[in-house]
Amino acid sequence: MVRLSSYRDFDWVLLGFVLLLSLISVLEIKSATLHTKFHGFDHKQIGFLAVGLVLMFLISLIDYHRLIDISHWAYGISILSLVAVLAVGTKVLGGKRWINLGHGFHFQPSEWVKLILIVSVARFFWGLVGKELTWTDIAKAFALVCIPMALVLKQPDLGTALTYLPILICGLFLGGIRFRQVALILLGIALIGGIAVKSGKHLKPYQQARIDAFINPDSDPRGSGYQIRQSLIAVGAGGIWGKGANKGTQTQGDFLPIPYTDFIFAAFCEEHGFVGAVGVLLLYFLILMRLIQNAQTASDLPGSFIIMGVVAVIVFQVAVNVGMVVGLMPVTGIPLPLLSYGGSSVLFTFMALGIVMNIRMRRFVN
Amino acid sequence: MEATHQPEAQNMGPIGRAEKLPTAKLHAVQYFVALILAVLITGLWRLQVLNAENFRSLAEANRIRKVPILAPRGKIFDREGRLLVDNYPSVTCYLLREQVKDLNADLPLISQGLHIPLDQIQATLRRYQIAPNYQPIPLKQDITPDEQAFIAAHRDELPELETLDEQRRLYPPDGFAAHLIGYVGEVSEQMLANDDRYSLYSPGDVVGRSGVEATYDALLRGTDGSRDVIVNSHGKELGRLGQEQAIPGKDLRLTIDLDIQMAAEKVLEGKIGAIVAMDPHTGEILAMASRPTFDPNQFAVRLTKNYWNEILNNPDHPLLNKTIQAQLAPGSTFKIVMSVAGLQENIAQTMHVACNGGATFYGHFFSCDRHHGMVDINNAIPFSCDTFYYTLANRLGIDTIAKYATSLGLGQKTGIDLPDEVSGNMPSTLWKLKTQHEKWYAGETISVGIGQGAVTATPIQLARALSGIASGGVLRRPHVVFSDEVPPQMLEAIHESYPGSGEATIPLTAENWQIITDAMANVTSSPIGTAYIAHLDGVDFAGKTGTADVVGGREKNSTNKSTIPNAWFVGMTPRRNPDIVVAVLWEHGYWGNNSAKLAAQVINAFVTKQRKRDNNIHVADTPKPHTNPATSSSSKAPTPTAE
Repeated sequence: MVRLSSYRDFDWVLLGFVLLLSLISVLEIKSATLHTKFHGFDHKQIGFLAVGLVLMFLISLIDYHRLIDISHWAYGISILSLVAVLAVGTKVLGGKRWINLGHGFHFQPSEWVKLILIVSVARFFWGLVGKELTWTDIAKAFALVCIPMALVLKQPDLGTALTYLPILICGLFLGGIRFRQVALILLGIALIGGIAVKSGKHLKPYQQARIDAFINPDSDPRGSGYQIRQSLIAVGAGGIWGKGANKGTQTQGDFLPIPYTDFIFAAFCEEHGFVGAVGVLLLYFLILMRLIQNAQTASDLPGSFIIMGVVAVIVFQVAVNVGMVVGLMPVTGIPLPLLSYGGSSVLFTFMALGIVMNIRMRRFVN
Repeated sequence: MEATHQPEAQNMGPIGRAEKLPTAKLHAVQYFVALILAVLITGLWRLQVLNAENFRSLAEANRIRKVPILAPRGKIFDREGRLLVDNYPSVTCYLLREQVKDLNADLPLISQGLHIPLDQIQATLRRYQIAPNYQPIPLKQDITPDEQAFIAAHRDELPELETLDEQRRLYPPDGFAAHLIGYVGEVSEQMLANDDRYSLYSPGDVVGRSGVEATYDALLRGTDGSRDVIVNSHGKELGRLGQEQAIPGKDLRLTIDLDIQMAAEKVLEGKIGAIVAMDPHTGEILAMASRPTFDPNQFAVRLTKNYWNEILNNPDHPLLNKTIQAQLAPGSTFKIVMSVAGLQENIAQTMHVACNGGATFYGHFFSCDRHHGMVDINNAIPFSCDTFYYTLANRLGIDTIAKYATSLGLGQKTGIDLPDEVSGNMPSTLWKLKTQHEKWYAGETISVGIGQGAVTATPIQLARALSGIASGGVLRRPHVVFSDEVPPQMLEAIHESYPGSGEATIPLTAENWQIITDAMANVTSSPIGTAYIAHLDGVDFAGKTGTADVVGGREKNSTNKSTIPNAWFVGMTPRRNPDIVVAVLWEHGYWGNNSAKLAAQVINAFVTKQRKRDNNIHVADTPKPHTNPATSSSSKAPTPTAE
């Protein structure tokens, strides 16, 4: 059976939105690193984007069913690579998250595992089509996601580990979990959480400090509250129209922490104001709506599942990152997809888009 | 329950052949995404639209730092405009606690680079613990170029170090006029807490701590300016906004004459004592020196522990300005006060006393150092005959003596414009009742007659008293800064802050004035005078010696230095309406005539200078007959020349 695929069916509109966001990303990284030793990261980001685009087109060529077929192998390799990180990983900023590939290249497996998890979860729920979800199925789904999650938590990288959760939640929701099951699970989590809080060994000190700082950013303006406080100042000082490109004093004066990665949205808010920020959120909205539309038109269930997994991850990361920047969420260290600087993040996003294109291009087949 | 909440999805997408996701669920996801974005936009609205102003000012406060521009202190000149105190540019290193998260980790590097012991930095930090965090802490003053280079090289590692250009005080070397000029230092915490004058100052501010620097601090210090600089989060300067210029402090002209001061300093070299020279017409201090002295330059920069200990442990108190702070028995110099009292009471004129090496009063023998024979007021002063003054004291009684002494300013501060003047003491019946709750015994009056007993006086008091007597009864408030240099309100405030006998006029008849001054001239010019050895040829030099026993020392040949008598001399030129009065205290100087020799050199310096200036060298002989300036309209005295 020959599957028809053509670049006429490639989602050029979606790609247009994505490239627009990527352009904004490059310009803001340039501005945020102008006077720092990270000057030139905008060029590196362009490189990552180029590689990402190539990967996207390559992945769109391979039938996603092939990917599903090999997903259990990929899953196994993922687990191994995460264990490898714990064993031989490079320590950066207090966490072992990277494998040094030599020649200045580092690889962060936890990003790539995200993609494999999306496919694996799709494959898992595809296998359950037509059945009601039993507690055993739910337990298996949890195990599928929570094993890599635990390994990433161990690095420790709470942020990335958390991004695996929406894949699970989205899968369960679309897989047909019933309300009673949801209620019981939430009750169980609340119980375990309560015990954990009681026992007092639930969070690392830096995590506790971040939560304290989130609740009261002014409590320790030079310590844990510093990041949130400076972020709020940057966003607020932007006002309606912003201070203009390269003119944000919080960004240019190095007051805003890591303004090219986790806090890039704060830098953008300072320089381009409420209008610019709403514009960027609108772009995310259009991208997400376009993705959901593609999920709807996918030719089969696993295709829809995969696209919705991608949607879940992007929605979660946008919500947590922007929420953090505007003070609605604690600091978690989750990058903003398509805006934050970083090779692993860019590659994940474009590979995920590659699969989405792949699914879209094959929507009329069967 | 379960039936009603049966997920719609199962109705929409039939189980069994579901190859499509239920549309309703996808719609639900779309609404969910829209909701999340709406919440985020609400968050942005709250920050960027509702609170933008607030955050904008916080951002400005972040990046703009006010850097003080310190005003240079006013320079200090002598009466002829010769520079006494200058400033020199210097760099101070400050610590900004705000700029660093873990200061303690950086301390060893700072200690090493700036050559400050670690425990000293920690002590400094403790001292500033209560001060607000944004306030810079002065770490080290007057840092070397090497240390400046260290700070510049470690900008990134040690963003908390900041340098500030300052103008620092440059005082004359070797403690020249140190007591008079004083020194500056950081305002102490006690001063901030207890003294209203310092209510507007903050820790680290440099203020005058003694001498002229303290009294005239408000004039000398000027007003600090500030500069707004744009900094990044490491405190690195990125640009400048505006600045408010510093207003330099006012230059101050002292009444001191550098030439006289140099003479006074020179003759005191190696001795313990004090010299003050004053213009009796105005009260202007022409010279003021005290020994031992200290180096105020050491105080201007951070004082070293060694130097401070050296000063503290010196038994002769180098920080004490002995001209206004040494209150000692005036000895025979007090006899001029006795003479005024005796003459004005019409007792001394007719008194003739036979001196046989002493006399007995109230069953006690009071000795005189010689057998002077028959003595009257005219030779009692040049002889310095104790027997005469014992007798005079006995006839006057303590309260009459106290009345005249007090009117001449003894037992009270003079009101000189320098801090921490002491008042000395003048005993009386009332004084004894008040302080010891005992009645005065007539026998106690006898030793008061020769300036012993409970009488104590400072050199400045004696200088002012003699100035008044020699000027016919007009006493002036001594001062070291010209009144027209000081705004009237401040002058008033200074007079209030430094109360004292100030300006006064006492009754002194022309005849009595003449008798006393002529007798004083004989002290140096007549071979019978106690200070003939100090006479100056061609100069109308008059004065009175004093050899004052110190507590515990009666035997005058003792080898124990601390029991050797203090040598006093008060002198002037010319004898009437003098242009200069000099008071000399030489502690343990043995005989009053030793001090007379010191005074003679100071007087000589004055006279030589005047003659050079007039280019008109006259030889003084007997002064003309005089009218009492206290009763005449002219208060301007003649120059020390006679026709």
